[in-house]
Amino acid sequence: MDPDVTAFDWFALAPELTLLATALIVLVVEPFLGPARTKWVNPVAVVGVLATLVWVVLLAVDGTDRSSFGEMFVVDAYALLFKVFFLGTALFVLLLSYRYFQEIRTYQGEYYFLVLSAFLGMLLMPSARDLVMVFIALELVSVPGFVMAGLRKFDLRSNEGAMKFFLIGVLSVAVLLFGLSIVYGYTGTTNLAGIAEGLAGLEDEPLVLASMLFVIVGFGFKISAVPFHFWAPDTYEGSPIPVTAFLSVASKAAGFAGLLQVCFVAFEPLADVWAPVLGVIAVLTMTLGNLTALQQRNIVRLFAFSSVAHAGYMIVPFGLVRPGEADVNSQAFTAVLLYLLAYSVMNIGAFAVVTAVARRHPGRQTSDYAGLGQRSPGLATALTMFLLSLGGVPPLVGLWAKFFVFTAAVNAGTAFTYFLAAAVVVNSVIAMFYYLSIARTMWMDAPAVPDPIRPGLALNFTIAALAVVALAVGIYPEAFAGFADASTLIAAGP
Amino acid sequence: MWQDVAITITVFLPLLGAGIITLVPKSREEAAKPIALVVSIVGFALALGILAGYDWDARGLQYTVDVPWINAIGARYHVGIDGISMPLFTLSYLLTFLCSVYAFHHIEEPGKPKAFLALMLLLQTGMAGTFIAFDLILFFVFWELVLVPMYFMIGVWGGPRREYAAVKFFLYTLFGSVFMLVAFLALYFTSEPNTFDMLALAQQGEAGVFTATFQRLAFLGIFLGFAIKVPMWPFHTWLPDAHTEAPTIGSVLLAGILLKMGTYGFVRIALPILPEGAMAFAPVIAVLAVIAIIYGALCCLAQTDLKRLIAFSSVGHMGFVMLGIATLTPVGINAAIFGMVAHGVITGMLFFVVGSVKDRYHTRAIADIGGGLFQTMPRMGAIFTFVAIASLGLPGLAGFPGEFAALLAAFQPAAGLVEAGHLTLYRVLMVLGAVGTVLTAGYFLWMMQRVNMGVAPQRWKDAGLADVSVIEWGTWLPLLLMTFFLGVLPGLVWGITTADVDALYSVFGG
Repeated sequence: MDPDVTAFDWFALAPELTLLATALIVLVVEPFLGPARTKWVNPVAVVGVLATLVWVVLLAVDGTDRSSFGEMFVVDAYALLFKVFFLGTALFVLLLSYRYFQEIRTYQGEYYFLVLSAFLGMLLMPSARDLVMVFIALELVSVPGFVMAGLRKFDLRSNEGAMKFFLIGVLSVAVLLFGLSIVYGYTGTTNLAGIAEGLAGLEDEPLVLASMLFVIVGFGFKISAVPFHFWAPDTYEGSPIPVTAFLSVASKAAGFAGLLQVCFVAFEPLADVWAPVLGVIAVLTMTLGNLTALQQRNIVRLFAFSSVAHAGYMIVPFGLVRPGEADVNSQAFTAVLLYLLAYSVMNIGAFAVVTAVARRHPGRQTSDYAGLGQRSPGLATALTMFLLSLGGVPPLVGLWAKFFVFTAAVNAGTAFTYFLAAAVVVNSVIAMFYYLSIARTMWMDAPAVPDPIRPGLALNFTIAALAVVALAVGIYPEAFAGFADASTLIAAGP
Repeated sequence: MWQDVAITITVFLPLLGAGIITLVPKSREEAAKPIALVVSIVGFALALGILAGYDWDARGLQYTVDVPWINAIGARYHVGIDGISMPLFTLSYLLTFLCSVYAFHHIEEPGKPKAFLALMLLLQTGMAGTFIAFDLILFFVFWELVLVPMYFMIGVWGGPRREYAAVKFFLYTLFGSVFMLVAFLALYFTSEPNTFDMLALAQQGEAGVFTATFQRLAFLGIFLGFAIKVPMWPFHTWLPDAHTEAPTIGSVLLAGILLKMGTYGFVRIALPILPEGAMAFAPVIAVLAVIAIIYGALCCLAQTDLKRLIAFSSVGHMGFVMLGIATLTPVGINAAIFGMVAHGVITGMLFFVVGSVKDRYHTRAIADIGGGLFQTMPRMGAIFTFVAIASLGLPGLAGFPGEFAALLAAFQPAAGLVEAGHLTLYRVLMVLGAVGTVLTAGYFLWMMQRVNMGVAPQRWKDAGLADVSVIEWGTWLPLLLMTFFLGVLPGLVWGITTADVDALYSVFGG
């Protein structure tokens, strides 16, 4: 029954290979460019990402489900959706980085190599249908992150953030591996679908339950769920801002992709055990994230805690899962997917504006935004849109993200799921308070300095494009809800 | 053809206008004013065109458009207009038109007509859309759309405590409306077949698809959203702050239209779809409504700030509207709709006058004005008196028919409520409500006495205050005429609403 592990499908692997090649080219070429031309590695990386994207599109057009290395690496609609999403994120992160890394004068070749390696891990993640692959992908995302977080090495806070990130990251990976090994011991397989079969009937084994909690802890670190979020604010604050955008969106999304596969496929039979746990974690995460964000005066820390809160909203659907109920589960699955998509648009947008403003105000305080509406109305309008979208106000994309979470919760229809929905409601209002306070500062306070912010072409393009997407999808969410079809594959389960 | 596109064009025209205004270069900001005026005139003309083409003999929706919008969740772009929507829909265009005229006269600090008028037009789209949406999700989107422009209007152009007031307004409304959204979703998943369509849901509600327990829970969620918007006592605390701090045009639109979105929601959504829930909650709503009437009047007596006084009077007036709704009878609902229109016209007008008074005196404190408005600005004083008297419910002016009919309806509430043994309660409430009208008359007359009459302080006589300007006359005359004609001919509103109210409320057997 074991499929041939040595069978290769080069076409299925083409995106990953292209990205890998790009990463190596960037690393090798940069030292030969000379100081004045190191900035050219960014366009090289962009071209590489675009080429990878072409492969993914070709695979999507081809439309057949492919697999390599046995069933370990699968290309299906779900995987392709995530790959497109990650590559899109990669493009925006690169655009954010272009000017930023020229100006902080760090090792550009190494930075872009690390970014591309992390994105390589992300491309692997949604294709992984095996615990070993999930682990490799997760590490490939995390390890470059440790280094990237410390790239502002002249800044003590960057060192501290990177150190924290590294220590907690390694610890959680150890816990995760420990959990995975127990699961393997019980089921005798590392294949996700195989684990689901093996786990059925093991509800009463305390060690199995413990192992699942270990796995959840391991992913909880990656997605910065409370109480595993301690690293996030310090790391976000210390990192270069494009890296912060990367950590808060792409790396988190990779964690969610892994958690989706593990929870909805492998652990689905035991959902009665872990779903309530994740539900409670979701409520804690969003509440703590929002309440802490309320008190932040540093804009990056504020967005860090806001992103913790958003992770909470995204964990809510995990709390709805029930074994064997494909209808409820697929809605929950869709909700996570769509939330991730929407969240990335608005959060990268917000970080793009923060990057732009930080060029002029390196202190990154919320007070730097006073009077931005007068200084740079376009930038202020865009940030206002992203903030309102994060808060869930129509007609912006964030509303629909929350909407699908509500839909899934109400459809599940138990007292617990209504409690989760109510928690999201209350939290949306708390969150709105600090989003509005930034909007208020921008439009209602007098500017400290009158000169406009000049973000540069790449940033301007990023900000404008993301704002247009946030609005267009907000008005016509059908385009975005169509992605939900991709989710049914996995949610229907084994 | 016109029938198919009329509403869509009319609703989204202001949005387009807002977009055009943002393109006006900063150096020529004043150009925003004529653009806004033209857009709002065209909008008002289109609304009148819809009114003219409306078939008075037919019942149900007209100008319907029903096309898929978000298939994934079964939400549709379903719009239309009927007798219940028509008065408020038209009123929203009239008020926006008058506000854009008034903008030539005065926009509060820091000026910036471009941003202000763009926000006003955006607000118009949200307001008008709320009254013509017949899909719960579409309704919700329009409902939330008004929050952002109003937030900025209060926050940027408002009074000294503007930031506090703006945030309070936003968060209060958001809190209620998100619970409302959850209730909408619960309705969707409980309905059979699943739908967000208000008409289909109302049919299912009448046919008894929803269980009694579910109806009560769902009603509670929807109630939170609407009650905060109305606002009903004890959810009213955002209103005095928002109203007091808002710029004149913001106050006018807030009082004139935004508050009505809540009461309209009760009439359009909560009651027809959840009749049993409504039946269970009606006595509670009625009690809260009468508390609001008495409490609003008592608060008015205690106010020293003219604008805050008018704001609190809104709490009382909306109490009458809610009392009418809580009777669940066609008479009561008709009274409520009339009350909404009358309050929109009269209180909108009051806020205009108070705004203009503040503009000249640079204070809203009654003690600082010190009386003698008749001496300093005789015409302004006369208009103020006329509108205040209309607001206190003098027969023959617009304030009277709605409140009288609401009290009348409370004498004989819906049959179901009588059977449940609430007749005595309603009659007691009727008496208390009538006492409330006396208190209302009391505070308005006392306000008149303190502001209009007496001898003006010498410094105001010397200040050479300009009386009502031409622009102000132009803005106010339509409202003054409406105040008069609605009072004399209440059939102007009831003629439009009665047929559809009767059809919608046959379910309560009243």
